[in-house]
Amino acid sequence: MAVVLVDAGGTNIGSVRYALQRLGVEAALTADPVTIRGADKVILPGVGAAGPGMARLRELGLVELMRSLTQPVLGVCLGMQLLCTHSEEGDTECLGVIDAPVRRFHEAPGLRVPHMGWNALASVRTHPLLDGLAAGEQAYFVHSYAVPVGDYTVATSDFGGPFSAVIARGNFHGMQFHPERSAGVGARLLQNFLSL
Amino acid sequence: MLSRRIIPCLDVRDGQVVKGVRFRDHVVMGEIVDLALRYRDEGADELVFYDITASPQGRSVDRGWVERVARVIDIPFCVAGGIRSVEEARAVLHAGADKISVNSPALERPELIDELAGAFGVQCVVVGIDSLRDADGQWRVHQYTGDPDKTQALARGTLDWMVEAQRCGAGEIVLNCMGSDGVRQGYDLEQLRAARAICHVPLIASGGAGAMEHFREAFQSADVDGALAASVFHSGAIAIPELKRYLAREGVAVRL
Repeated sequence: MAVVLVDAGGTNIGSVRYALQRLGVEAALTADPVTIRGADKVILPGVGAAGPGMARLRELGLVELMRSLTQPVLGVCLGMQLLCTHSEEGDTECLGVIDAPVRRFHEAPGLRVPHMGWNALASVRTHPLLDGLAAGEQAYFVHSYAVPVGDYTVATSDFGGPFSAVIARGNFHGMQFHPERSAGVGARLLQNFLSL
Repeated sequence: MLSRRIIPCLDVRDGQVVKGVRFRDHVVMGEIVDLALRYRDEGADELVFYDITASPQGRSVDRGWVERVARVIDIPFCVAGGIRSVEEARAVLHAGADKISVNSPALERPELIDELAGAFGVQCVVVGIDSLRDADGQWRVHQYTGDPDKTQALARGTLDWMVEAQRCGAGEIVLNCMGSDGVRQGYDLEQLRAARAICHVPLIASGGAGAMEHFREAFQSADVDGALAASVFHSGAIAIPELKRYLAREGVAVRL
């Protein structure tokens, strides 16, 4: 199985790559359109900001390519947000393959932004990405922007109210948390994606 | 609900994990990767590695062990030690660290925090603060604490620096209360509460954990997001699974 990591400049690419290696998968890191188009699975990692993330995809000429992919695609953290329509972060137009907005968390008493740490995942509908996930299991989040709950939401987490932790529409999937840093839970969810 | 984090801290010197008392007299605790794996297996929520001699020696952190840790560890980890530029930070993050922590170099040049936050996002940028209460009752920042011969007390007040660090783009603050560090008498709750009142990003308590109650106090009385400790974990005095079960029983949200 050919798995590619889209090299859009995110700094967590190494971590995602090592996580895949622990699952026995050697993922190529590439920005080459032909390699990406031909892969069985495409992962869009990303840590950083939405504006520079989209700018990088445009520079690489990957925007239309990413939108047109038909194999399973997984966006992780910022990568998930880039799959959405628009991000409040830098007022950025994103790929728009999942019809969802990205909004900033608002600070409130006891609610410190960024949302950083382990939080429970709650399944809202059956999806193969969540196979084997037990109630109350936690994943590691680090983010200041989030996708509200909508019909694309597969699992939520709660930070001053529910937000989307896992989203999916057609072949496009997103995980707001870092599966590569979410211990056994993250490994299982990554394996679930590889098994789609 | 967001869990409170238990964070073992591994002080690294010459490729090994060491531990000092009140920042002096370091003894070797073990190999970096072995200890990292042990804490991962025990349920640590995150790890922090301090290359304690990097900043006093004017060099950046050794990336070799960062990559070795990143390959085997599947929980987040933060690396600190003499990171004084965006390029050095990028190298550490690319080696697989999730966050970088800056301390002495940020005191020398606070714009470093802005530059790091701009390049990688605030969520990557931790500011570590070593703080000690002076005879006049003021908490003040200390610099180069990895090397007792180079440690300096600054005129800068701890709380003032904390405000400035957040304004510059700190995504998390680790407050190391030097007066309580290594002596296991409990976290400095008074100082942590004062810090919490002005800290709008995640705040991590550091220095003084000696018993499980100390963690509960830090979470419940000072409302910190995470508690960092070293010697009690290295020595086996507190086992992380037992600590987390205790905290859960006491009503603290943790990841079991």
